Amino acid sequence: MEEGMERTVSMPRIGEPAPDFEAPTTAGTLRLSDYKGSWLILFSHPADFTPVCTTEFMAFAEIYPQLQERGVELLGLSVDSVTSHIAWLRNIEEKTGVKIPFPIIADLNKTVATAYGMIHPGDSKTETVRCVFIIDPDQIIRCILYYPLSTGRNMQEIIRIIDSLQTVDKHKVATPANWRPGDPVVLPPPQTTEAAEERMKQGYDCVDWYLCRRTL
Amino acid sequence: MACVSADGKPTENGLAMIKAVLDQAKQPEAVAGETGLPLFRVRSGLRELEAAGFVSQTDHGYLATDKGKEIAA
Repeated sequence: MEEGMERTVSMPRIGEPAPDFEAPTTAGTLRLSDYKGSWLILFSHPADFTPVCTTEFMAFAEIYPQLQERGVELLGLSVDSVTSHIAWLRNIEEKTGVKIPFPIIADLNKTVATAYGMIHPGDSKTETVRCVFIIDPDQIIRCILYYPLSTGRNMQEIIRIIDSLQTVDKHKVATPANWRPGDPVVLPPPQTTEAAEERMKQGYDCVDWYLCRRTL
Repeated sequence: MACVSADGKPTENGLAMIKAVLDQAKQPEAVAGETGLPLFRVRSGLRELEAAGFVSQTDHGYLATDKGKEIAA
């Protein structure tokens, strides 16, 4: 690479296959394909033994049963070693009583972090920012969230996104702003003038042909 | 959950997986159902047990080897 040239890193995108990997973790060597058939939340944190990350791990552990009910697994990642991860997890349990029930990738050579665009040099050249990749059972990326180093993630929003994606897949609908399970959903916009006319006659709660709600 | 410890012996979960495929070849999904372990852990664990010679892959899934049968006995 010529001096002064920025290296272009391809970023994963929603709707595309999640980049494959094989990586050392606190649960042994894991591959992305080991999760085929399950939903997966792959998330990165900047570093072990740091305050915001510790609160996030405790929060992820707290929602883990709710995620499991939804068929979702969790997999953490940072550029720390397995030994560091183990020491940190043991410390969290010792100091707070919270056991972290999911594995963490030790991405020392940043292979996975690079493939997933988890390092944002403007924020930190050495640490991963707070990324969340929601990957479906077919290993397609369905949602990407990026948070800065300074801002801890909102677990309820992550659960809400999972609920939305699973509802969308099951019922072929979309979910409106601030949707929660049980709220009305919206119908995808009609793709033809004929379908638009039909839509208005079908008894849905419509503001107009392009915005119709229904209860599941 | 590494399924093989540093001394080359299967861990408790590793042993449970070997026992699940002792007499009949099974796919990881069936092993997960039988052991109650998450599927991703079973897939990685069986790979690890295979590398250590405790199980091998057949056309019908994973099956315990003589070495696996011996340690599970």
